[in-house]
Amino acid sequence: MNKKKSILESNVFYTLIAIAAGFLIGAVFLMIAGISPATAYGKLLSSVFGKPKYLVWTLIYASPLIFTGLSVAFSFRTGVFNIGAEGQFVVGSLAACTIGILVDLPAWIHVPLCILAAAAAGMVWSLFVGLLKVKRGIHEVLSFIMFNWIAFYLSNYVVNLKIIHKEGGGEATKDVLDSAKILFPEGLQKALDCSSANWGFIMALVAAAVIWVIIEKTTLGYKLKAVGYNSHGALYGGINADASVLTALGISGALAGLGGAVQILGMAGRLSQFAGQEGFGFEGITVALIGSSSPIGCIFSGIFYGAMKYGGSKLSMVKAPSEVVNIIMGCVILFIAISQVFRMLFARFTKKEGK
Amino acid sequence: MGKVSHMDESQVVIQMKDIVKKFGDFTANDHINLTVHKGEVHAILGENGAGKSTMMNVLCGLYKPTSGQIFINEKEVQFSSPKDAIDMGIGMVHQHFMLIQPFTVADNIILGVEPVKGLVIDHKMAREKVLELSERYGMKVDPDARIEDISVGMQQRVEILKVLYRGADTLILDEPTASLTPQEIEGLMEIIENLTADGKSVILITHKLKEITACADTCTIIRQGKYIRTVKVDEVNENELAAMMVGRNVSFTVEKKEMIPGEIVLEVHNIHAKDYRDVEILKGFNLTVRRGEIVGLAGVDGNGQTELVEVLTGLRKADTGEVRVLGKDVFNKSPKETFESGISSIPADRQKHGLILDFSNEDNLILQHFEEDPFARKHMLNRKAIREHASELIEKFDVRPRGSEGAPAGTLSGGNQQKVIIAREVTNDKDLLIAVNPTRGLDVGAIEFVHKYLVEQRNKNHAVLLVSFELDEIMSLSDRIEVIFDGQITGSVSGKDADEKELGFMMAGGKKHE
Repeated sequence: MNKKKSILESNVFYTLIAIAAGFLIGAVFLMIAGISPATAYGKLLSSVFGKPKYLVWTLIYASPLIFTGLSVAFSFRTGVFNIGAEGQFVVGSLAACTIGILVDLPAWIHVPLCILAAAAAGMVWSLFVGLLKVKRGIHEVLSFIMFNWIAFYLSNYVVNLKIIHKEGGGEATKDVLDSAKILFPEGLQKALDCSSANWGFIMALVAAAVIWVIIEKTTLGYKLKAVGYNSHGALYGGINADASVLTALGISGALAGLGGAVQILGMAGRLSQFAGQEGFGFEGITVALIGSSSPIGCIFSGIFYGAMKYGGSKLSMVKAPSEVVNIIMGCVILFIAISQVFRMLFARFTKKEGK
Repeated sequence: MGKVSHMDESQVVIQMKDIVKKFGDFTANDHINLTVHKGEVHAILGENGAGKSTMMNVLCGLYKPTSGQIFINEKEVQFSSPKDAIDMGIGMVHQHFMLIQPFTVADNIILGVEPVKGLVIDHKMAREKVLELSERYGMKVDPDARIEDISVGMQQRVEILKVLYRGADTLILDEPTASLTPQEIEGLMEIIENLTADGKSVILITHKLKEITACADTCTIIRQGKYIRTVKVDEVNENELAAMMVGRNVSFTVEKKEMIPGEIVLEVHNIHAKDYRDVEILKGFNLTVRRGEIVGLAGVDGNGQTELVEVLTGLRKADTGEVRVLGKDVFNKSPKETFESGISSIPADRQKHGLILDFSNEDNLILQHFEEDPFARKHMLNRKAIREHASELIEKFDVRPRGSEGAPAGTLSGGNQQKVIIAREVTNDKDLLIAVNPTRGLDVGAIEFVHKYLVEQRNKNHAVLLVSFELDEIMSLSDRIEVIFDGQITGSVSGKDADEKELGFMMAGGKKHE
């Protein structure tokens, strides 16, 4: 009985239910579109698990999402809402790309430089918003959304600058120099049968571990959480709430910026002109929510989202629209948000059973 | 206060028989009995966590009893939801009001049972009904005022009207005076009297003995979930009630040894400060507190006490003035600086300022020291030291339940939350302790405990500033009483010579009689 109860009360259980419900609703839409859900979901599964190299691709897709997920989750835990991970991801990509193209250095210094630049760019982008919040009392959600668009247009402007634009048309920059890329050594790539296999996922794991330690084990985490939970109480206890908010936003922004670096230096290799916001930052919100705002949870939810994105990209092969993935993910979030209802239903169900 | 009984002993309206309510292995109510007559004011007395609320939640349909019977008007009933209980004429007014702030008084009262005209709410009819009810029971309310604009006492009337509007014959009032001023409490007593005169019955959940003797006919005492007994209030005194409630004799008088006040610890000179509306509320305030004395600051809520404490603890910036602690300037310094200069405080709002409710108790207990050895080394928290520190304080300060080091502070009862704060602030061992309404909402046993620690600080030759709206508390603890009115000190008396009437007179703005 006790074991049953603890399962019914755990977040993971409700998350799994929400995911199942998301797939169910996705199936309804597929049927309306005249496609057999079995075929579509079968393709989704086989695209992810069919070959070892598909799993590698899933992790490649997952890496930037884990970073933006960590970014948003960290902000949730510290009482702010980083809806600006999108913009920080973009400026992070931009910084990594620019330095990756324009600076020629040996790899052992070029890679760290690009990565640091991306983290710094994301951090600064987030701190602008933090300062507006602390000094002027402007709610971060408003300014973050505006900063997302500023980053978007800034990136498109820079991409088209002559100095880094790819000659001979196209709507992208030149490729970043090989010395800036974070690809696996060739031998390992061959073994994995994937020429885009890179260190991004390992970096994401390290970042998740570091964030977990910060939140759970350090005095910094104590301080940031105290302000996040109850800024009045923290202030009363002698904690400088403004400084904490800035620290939290800075770290959160740096994480999103790192996600941008991983995407450019690992998978994409160049920055393209955007037609619309790419959504890595917004997907980070989904990752954080599915992962219950826990750094470790974000690893798993990031992989899940990565698998859905990668598998979804192959759905067109069975003539299923890849948008069904967005429907499923949207429903999952909706169901997680209303998981309280599930909880109540189960409580009632078990009560009746007990009678 | 004259008490008129309207109890009709021939008519039993509610009877709870052998009610047992278990949560898992925990028995919250263990064979509880209750009989309420028509027109009766029946008090339920018990310590924090004795099971009063569980019992009332059973009666109003929120919980299903594990066993036992409930009779309404001598007919057995079974409630499966609060709506069933409301339909049977039982209405509960919760301690924390459940009102919608931007709605008007009338809209809140009719919410859920709106009179309609076609498809729209008949506001005119609603307004009339509300006015009729409020006149009938002498509860003045403005039906068109918004909840966010009216006082706490007025909001409570709205809650009472809400249950009356739904046709309640028996009203359960859960700790109704917890957030009221003395004047508002008197108003509430009149309302209760009007209700019973009209044949309604009132169940009053409280741990304030004074209120019971002032307005209740009967009192049922429960302790640790068990029914102790039911007494006629006329036949017992407050001491006997208190002893039945906590299961031992409780002393109301505070033992204090003679002390001669020593050097000046806190010196406040000519403070001017504004409140949140930007209106000047402290208008040249002066105060000194010395070692080895408890100075009580008496006054009606809203005369500048809150702002004064915020200025002293660094939460609010004053316009002009001087504040010194042991000669050191702490005027308009940050909370951290004032704390390090020697001021610790038990804040008025324990859930907003005193605790981080989502933090565990052990984390709350190191709030001002989390960066210091042994709790932290090289920026890493030392969980073992933090746990040991918490276990020691939880034992010493009798925080219940034991073993709650890792539980969120929000899961403790109000009294135990206050114990956690007191454990922390007393252990900080600063030269000055400021305590603001330190016993608000606590039961007799916990009050005795808090008072003991305040006196202990004084006896250790620290200075104590006690800010309280409870005149009794000020009078029984203070060595010196200062009266605040309209942002200034209007009088000062020694604790021994204090006279309630004279203090009341000064609190209302009168000058001290020469």
